[in-house]
Amino acid sequence: MIASDPLSPLPGAHVHAVHDEFHGDLLEVSMGPHHPSTHGVFRMMVTLDGETVVKLKPVFGYLHRNHEKLGENTTYLGSMPYTDRLDYLCSMTNNWAYALAVEKLAGQAVPERAEYVRVILAELTRLLNHTCLAGFLLQDCGASGTPLMYAFREREKILDLFESLSGSRMMCNYQRFGGCRVDPPPAWLEAASRLVDGYNAFLDEYEALLTGNEILMARTQGVGRLSAALAVSAGITGPMLRAAGVAYDIRKVDAYGIYPRFDFRVPLGDHGDTYDRYMIRVLEMRESIKILQRALHELPAGPIMDPKAKLRGFRPKPGEAYGRIEGPKGEIGFYLISDGGPNPYRYRVRAPSFVNLTILEDLCRGHTVADAVIILGSIDIVLGEVDR
Amino acid sequence: METPEQIRDRLLANFPGAGAVVVANPAPSAQHSIAIGPGRAREIATWLRDDPALRLDYCSNVTGVDWPEKEIIETVGTPAPDPAGGPAKTAEQKTKRIQPGCLEVVYHLYSMALRHGPVIIRLRTGNRTDQITLPSLTPVWRSCEFQEREVFDLFGVVFAGHPDLRRILMWDEFKDHPMRKDYVEPDDYEWEPTAHDKVLAKAKKHYPAEPAATGEATEGAKP
Amino acid sequence: MEITQEQRDELRRHGILLTKLEELYNWGRSHSVWPLQFGLACCAIEMIAASMARFDIARFGSEVFRPSPRQADLLIVSGTVTKKMAPQVVRLWNQMPEPKYCIAMGACAISGGPFKQGYNVLKGIDRYIPVDVYIPGCPPRPEALLHGLMQLQEKIRGQKLTGPDAPPHLRSDAACNYPVPEFGEQDLDPAKNPDLWQPPSIVRPPKT
Repeated sequence: MIASDPLSPLPGAHVHAVHDEFHGDLLEVSMGPHHPSTHGVFRMMVTLDGETVVKLKPVFGYLHRNHEKLGENTTYLGSMPYTDRLDYLCSMTNNWAYALAVEKLAGQAVPERAEYVRVILAELTRLLNHTCLAGFLLQDCGASGTPLMYAFREREKILDLFESLSGSRMMCNYQRFGGCRVDPPPAWLEAASRLVDGYNAFLDEYEALLTGNEILMARTQGVGRLSAALAVSAGITGPMLRAAGVAYDIRKVDAYGIYPRFDFRVPLGDHGDTYDRYMIRVLEMRESIKILQRALHELPAGPIMDPKAKLRGFRPKPGEAYGRIEGPKGEIGFYLISDGGPNPYRYRVRAPSFVNLTILEDLCRGHTVADAVIILGSIDIVLGEVDR
Repeated sequence: METPEQIRDRLLANFPGAGAVVVANPAPSAQHSIAIGPGRAREIATWLRDDPALRLDYCSNVTGVDWPEKEIIETVGTPAPDPAGGPAKTAEQKTKRIQPGCLEVVYHLYSMALRHGPVIIRLRTGNRTDQITLPSLTPVWRSCEFQEREVFDLFGVVFAGHPDLRRILMWDEFKDHPMRKDYVEPDDYEWEPTAHDKVLAKAKKHYPAEPAATGEATEGAKP
Repeated sequence: MEITQEQRDELRRHGILLTKLEELYNWGRSHSVWPLQFGLACCAIEMIAASMARFDIARFGSEVFRPSPRQADLLIVSGTVTKKMAPQVVRLWNQMPEPKYCIAMGACAISGGPFKQGYNVLKGIDRYIPVDVYIPGCPPRPEALLHGLMQLQEKIRGQKLTGPDAPPHLRSDAACNYPVPEFGEQDLDPAKNPDLWQPPSIVRPPKT
């Protein structure tokens, strides 16, 4: 720092060199953990040069509820309600990922009807999540409330379905090892069909409000570009990866459950920016509706739970397994090590939001602090699974 | 995709003396893993990422596991002939040995380019006390950055070469590694309404003592 | 001269409103409680759902969720309070001006909830700040939150303006700043605020 007048040229220096030295102090702002736009208790230590982000360090752990330690002290089935609380918007997919991992560990088969019901619930959850994400993203852009109201209106209809099936709106605790807890009655299937058939019309209304909106386009196009190479190296999964142009959807790659029977496309983005991430989610919703219509139409009769599945005294043999599914936010996986006892020896959750946050700094560098909020919104994080 | 045995053979051919062992997985998932020595782990990781047959460019999951030291009792039976001429008796000899504990880091690798996986590699530390350094694989796969920080925070494994190794989930002043099997929680269970088992035992430390034989009627709780 | 409720209703039908200053003051306060936009975990989603079109917390007067604690009346602690987050919650509480109220929404905010066996979970926010209404549930339905809000409104309407039962902002002897806990080596320091929370006393029957 020059002690004397900073604008006077140093002896022998050129004027532009003095101008480069005079860039003032950088301002460090702590956004969060209480901040209306950080999607939960998430803190970003942002270093700003004026309005431009120079450095960004995410700080989390404000919702660390030691889920993994609880998993070691609870039985396998006892951890199922805790998985609801990981990504608390999408409890059905969390349950399925955990059930899949345990079924791999124990070699447990799942009847066909249960597989169809699982697909139906997972795709309904994907609709719910992507709709709410669009609402929250627009809330961050400043559209204070309206798209979120529309999103939550549809979410309430899906939550009514979940509540009548599993007993709870959000924390469903519905999947079991070897099937599902309760067989959906015909009236439920009819209600689900009606909802799904009407969803395209809602999406048309939602898109008419949002997709061509010039404010949304001005604020999100070109903001937070993610290159495919960085996305793959940083372990990004889910719509964020596909918006960067990498065609990796675990429903197609791992072909788990009965997804190979459904003919659905995987939308890919060209630019990897925030607008692409928004559009990918809208297009994925349309594909989910196709899957849902076909699954509800073809649902076979049969048992909802494998008759040989053991609920009480469930002690899988020693070994380990890693099971993963394509959740609405990305790859959600569970890694379990069993030592033959009723509790797992090691219970690990691979949370998509946690890994997707790796490149937050890379995306935000060079943008303004207002863009940092929108980029965070488009990554789609839920602190329950970031911190576990 | 190649089997773990084939990968191990090619690995040993490319990195002789690296120490790669296939760890069999008895569960029906049949996800066997390869334990590699920490010495050349980063070179091996780079090879796994860039080898044209494997192209494991996506590190999906980094897990820490705590294996505390175990006492193993082995019984060796030696047949001793019966001097009276009857059937031979077996004299059993029990030997106790302590299997040293270690901290283990498990990496699940997939390939987005070739759409196969998982290939699971394991790195083990020397022990649980002072030899807890492992090479960081963050320069190879960026996705390890936060997950290795979490393993450092919760287990205590120090990753050499990590760009920013500090606590991620617990606060910075915290002094212990909570996910270890021998972690003792702070004592803040003063009262439990529906207490049972271990929780009841923890809460009872704060309850007032049982009344003496003379029968004191009421006591307040300790503050 | 005693004026009964029937006489007051009769007068009101003729367009004459008779009331006490206390009732008017509390009526204004209880029907415009502005919550702080503060959600911690899963219960926050139900709180957002309560503010959306189906359950509509706006008809109870809580139309605007204020982002700044300086403008908010109500802190709805919705979700698990971890030990890492607890100092920030207490700081926010201290920054809210009187009259302020706190609702502990959900099992986690009341006592730690399903995550009680946790090294990082604070076993109830009432260890550090005074709570007015507890709403059990995991998560409580939005209707439960509305019921809790109505209970709080009843509580506010019942507050006297003078005397020892007056709310803290009308008394000169009430505490206004609650101590913020620090991060210790294993736990928060102090583990609880002894003026606010003591474990219930345990009474043992005499041995016969």
